[in-house]
Amino acid sequence: MSTQPDLNLDYLANLARLALTDAEKAEFAQQLGDILHYVEKLKQVDVSGVEPMAHASPVFNVWQPDVVAPGLPVEAALRNAPARREDMIVVPKVVE
Amino acid sequence: MADELIYQSATQLAAQLAAGKISAVELVQACLARRQAVDGRVKAFNSCDEAGALAAAKASDARRAAGQARGPLDGIPVGFKDVIAVEGQPLTCSSKMLANFVSPYDATVTLKLKAAGAIPFGRLNMDEFAMGSSTENSAFGPTANPWDLTRVPGGSSGGSAAAVAAGEVPLTLGSDTGGSIRQPAALCGIVGLKPTYGLVSRYGLAAFASSLDQIGTMAHTVGDAALLLGAIAGHDPRDSTSFKAEVPDYRAALAAKKGPWRLGVPREFFGAGLDPEIGAAVKQAIEFYRKQGCEIKEVALPLAAEYAIAVYYLIATAEASSNLARYDGIRYGHRSKAATDVAGVYFQSRAEGFGPEVKRRIILGTHVLSSGYYDAYYLRAQKVRTLIRNEFTAVLRDCDALLSPTSPVPAFKLGEKSADPLAMYLTDIYTISVNLAGLPGISIPCGFTGGGLPIGLQLIGRPFDEAGLLAVAQAYESAHDWHTKHPSL
Repeated sequence: MSTQPDLNLDYLANLARLALTDAEKAEFAQQLGDILHYVEKLKQVDVSGVEPMAHASPVFNVWQPDVVAPGLPVEAALRNAPARREDMIVVPKVVE
Repeated sequence: MADELIYQSATQLAAQLAAGKISAVELVQACLARRQAVDGRVKAFNSCDEAGALAAAKASDARRAAGQARGPLDGIPVGFKDVIAVEGQPLTCSSKMLANFVSPYDATVTLKLKAAGAIPFGRLNMDEFAMGSSTENSAFGPTANPWDLTRVPGGSSGGSAAAVAAGEVPLTLGSDTGGSIRQPAALCGIVGLKPTYGLVSRYGLAAFASSLDQIGTMAHTVGDAALLLGAIAGHDPRDSTSFKAEVPDYRAALAAKKGPWRLGVPREFFGAGLDPEIGAAVKQAIEFYRKQGCEIKEVALPLAAEYAIAVYYLIATAEASSNLARYDGIRYGHRSKAATDVAGVYFQSRAEGFGPEVKRRIILGTHVLSSGYYDAYYLRAQKVRTLIRNEFTAVLRDCDALLSPTSPVPAFKLGEKSADPLAMYLTDIYTISVNLAGLPGISIPCGFTGGGLPIGLQLIGRPFDEAGLLAVAQAYESAHDWHTKHPSL
């Protein structure tokens, strides 16, 4: 069906830090093209002077006291780490 | 004993526990036996901590014996959609990304249910990260509809709906971002309530689209949905979007509020694409209310009907692309063994951990937030969202609730829509605008198709008026017996 000429899958995959195969890129280009074609209809709506709505809750500017409170114990915080050593998370080297 | 307990409402079970006719251990054993008997076919559960459930049941029985029972939920098993944290139990979001994740803490709803004596009973299958309408996007395989095992249970809370419909557990929690509680409830013939945005804390709910996500209740009856809602609702300092609303006794409100009500029927929700059998069943339900003395008003929601899905798939994917950035293979979740540097960990872990629908939505969300497209897509969608909410606000000024179908179609065949994401998205056409407006919505059973598939009636209420909404739903339920019909498994 429709494809969006401005839908650059390589650019978006890089922004999203998500490696895509060529097959995925081809499939998504077509499917996302269809979806973007569908949402074009929003251009029909007159939104001049309308405030954007970030969420539906009647709650704004939530404050809480800045006090020390117990957090997760180290063991609990690290139990799902893919690799760990001496209470630290092990990652590939990031500096030379 | 076991067979007699299957399909009893939580309210009935609570009365039997209180009267000493059954024990919590017997009840949990009955649920475990039922799960053993049917879940190989239904596949509602991702996992179940049987020993933990039995231990919690023993503790409940001990409290009751000591005269310290904590209320009607003490000893009642509650299933959890596999997106809500229960300390020490798996939390997978039905994704390879979190296949081995174990929750280090309890969600606020979990803490509240434990405090009420309820027994966490298993982890329920879902579309991966709650993205889908059929539970086919689960990395662990689809759940089947208990009414017809070749059909989907709906989604994304398909496991939560199917487990109740199959009699495996009397109550479950789901989450609803665009219809993910109400649509599977309709397709499985049970009650599913999405509360007002902000009524129930999301602390400990893995985030999908934060401006839309809400935890809600799934049950056999409206009274049970009210019972469970009363236990989980309320302000939580750990969820800054939760509202300091008074939490009434919803069950008492059900008994007190009798109508008649002014009920709106959005004419656009009965147009092209609606299955005729569903349309007929919902119109019969509307006639019931009219005969009860309710004033039925035709109302118009043109923007909600025409634009809600487009608005939703821009806002929800934008928020998802941001929320799911946390799954980077570093601190928790899947880490690729193929990666040799940090960037590789990000790119490869996400490529290996996420399924196709999640990737599709991350890419779409990244696009609509990216430089040059933000105003045209995301900001415009947020403005149309304001107009949709205003439309509901105006209509609900003159109506106590709105009536519509929950889903335009009954349960469809497994695989029928999985190749066409847009066709799948369109099954949420009547539910999505309710999330955009932040309103409460409930689906209750209102009939069956000629082929024996359940039909759901959606009722939409005013913000934080769950008591009123539940009362309207209860009026229908108490005059019909759809909710007493169960699939033969």
